[in-house]
Amino acid sequence: MKLQILDFERPIVELEQKLEEIKSHVKGQDINLAPEVRKMQEKIEATKKEVYANLSAWQRVQISRHSARPFFLDYVGLAFTDFVELKGDRLYSDDASMPAGLATIDGIKCIVIGQQKGRDVKENLLRNFGSPHPEGYRKALRLMRLAEKFNLPVVCLIDTPGAYPGVGAEERHIAEAIAVNLREMMILRTPIVAIVIGEGGSGGALGIGVADRVLMLENAYYSVISPEGCAAILWKHRKHAPEAAAALKLNATELLKLELIDEIVSEPLGGAHRDPAAAAKSLQAAVTSALRSLEKVPVEKLLQARYDKFRKMGRVQE
Amino acid sequence: MAFFKKPNFKGIGAKTREMPEGLWTKCPTCGEVIHNLALAENLRVCPKCDHHFTLGAHDRIASLADPESFKEIDAGMTSVDTLEFKGVATYLDRLKNYQEKTGLKDAVITGPAKICGHPVGLAVMDFHFLAATMGSVVGEKITRLIELSTKKKMPVIIVCASGGARMYEGMLSLMQMAKTSGALALHAQAGRPYINVLTNPTTAGVMASYASLGDIIVAEPNSMIGFAGPRVIKETTHQDLPAGFQTAEFLEKHGLIDVVVSRTKLRATLGQLLDYLAPATK
Repeated sequence: MKLQILDFERPIVELEQKLEEIKSHVKGQDINLAPEVRKMQEKIEATKKEVYANLSAWQRVQISRHSARPFFLDYVGLAFTDFVELKGDRLYSDDASMPAGLATIDGIKCIVIGQQKGRDVKENLLRNFGSPHPEGYRKALRLMRLAEKFNLPVVCLIDTPGAYPGVGAEERHIAEAIAVNLREMMILRTPIVAIVIGEGGSGGALGIGVADRVLMLENAYYSVISPEGCAAILWKHRKHAPEAAAALKLNATELLKLELIDEIVSEPLGGAHRDPAAAAKSLQAAVTSALRSLEKVPVEKLLQARYDKFRKMGRVQE
Repeated sequence: MAFFKKPNFKGIGAKTREMPEGLWTKCPTCGEVIHNLALAENLRVCPKCDHHFTLGAHDRIASLADPESFKEIDAGMTSVDTLEFKGVATYLDRLKNYQEKTGLKDAVITGPAKICGHPVGLAVMDFHFLAATMGSVVGEKITRLIELSTKKKMPVIIVCASGGARMYEGMLSLMQMAKTSGALALHAQAGRPYINVLTNPTTAGVMASYASLGDIIVAEPNSMIGFAGPRVIKETTHQDLPAGFQTAEFLEKHGLIDVVVSRTKLRATLGQLLDYLAPATK
């Protein structure tokens, strides 16, 4: 599949193409172009640094939605081992947009849950573009309770444009499914680590996001409303999404400053899609270290700290 | 209905201001023209067709709490423009505008009260203030009320109305969902009742947190209640919406709401529910 190129990545891609041309030119010929190649490589690195060091909020949103960005199950394959998918909410159906199951990360057995997007039409139909139905949240809670019962920590990978706004979802009370998760995750007697790996779309993200440690990949976003939705309401047109993205302060650095997340997990230069294996390594190290620090904490202390953390969120004047 | 139209006195602005304005209200459902005093007396419910007009928080409290029993807490709490939000209008302008227009500091009023003799923690949202969206103030006031009620062993009653989370406060707003739901978790663990009343409209982030979590969920007739707005659903799914979709009655039929009750019977209903769930506190 051809890699989707974002507008601001074009200068880099052009240089990379030139480099490939030079390389293929050299092949089978007796000319030494090594200095040119090195020069070109240096130029590419410099351009990358320049482009990626100054990404706008909107550019990061675009990276977070990149079609080649590793998705939940990619990370399950790269950062976890021995995954056993467990399906169904035992009430209505299985929601393929939120797969979940038993898995092991660096020797730690856990329950892993996440929203899954698709890369093509067929996959996206199955995964519903990563927008869960109520069944997804109810399955997630069922498995969190399973984790609690068998002393396994919970790891949630968040990547959703939002919970699904559909007739069936409303009829089966998607709002209630999310609300119950918020309430029950707050008192779940086992460690929970959540990491936003791509899109943190509002309540649909938070529905598996009440955790002892909330991590965020460097280019992920986490927002109360999509930039397009916000632009449509406040600017009266979706084309103002870049302004809305900036206004919403939805990037990891902003959210860390506001103390709404605990840690930023770095991505390879240019974003996770440029080196999924390296991104997975980075995620694995961060999640594992969070789990290790939580496993020693007595459960009562863990719950108090979890409550206090969310209790503090908000800014008011009195 | 030309008879009830404001006469058009061109060029004599001073005189138009003296015209008796807002004496009558036309019911959008049945067309009945109701005198405002009669409407207020009937808790802003149309006496002819039971249409429920929006009711302000102060009037709501007066209609539910025993006389003199409500003691407002956190009355001076106001929002902070942490994000320095600049859209078409700034957040601070919006807040100021709504504070002047409504006389409220933000979208919820909270405090201990008595309903039919039962001590309760009572929160009432007011849709007139920025569509009763939930920012830090709403989240904090609701959470404090829940915590106070847990401590004082009182039931919590929340009268909900909301357009959802307040985007001007970005993720600070979203996290109020976790905060309020978390406080309700501890309230439930302490074995205290929580009853919530859904009024027109209750949607999105508020619906996906405390508005869906009552031990008993009561709703006013014909209230619009849902997660996503009907326009968003239509645009996303290209599907026709079923008749009565996202109304209180629809959700009663689909199993979310325990009881739909007219506002004129709400106080009595809450009293009866409290008799069952919190008999010892009376």
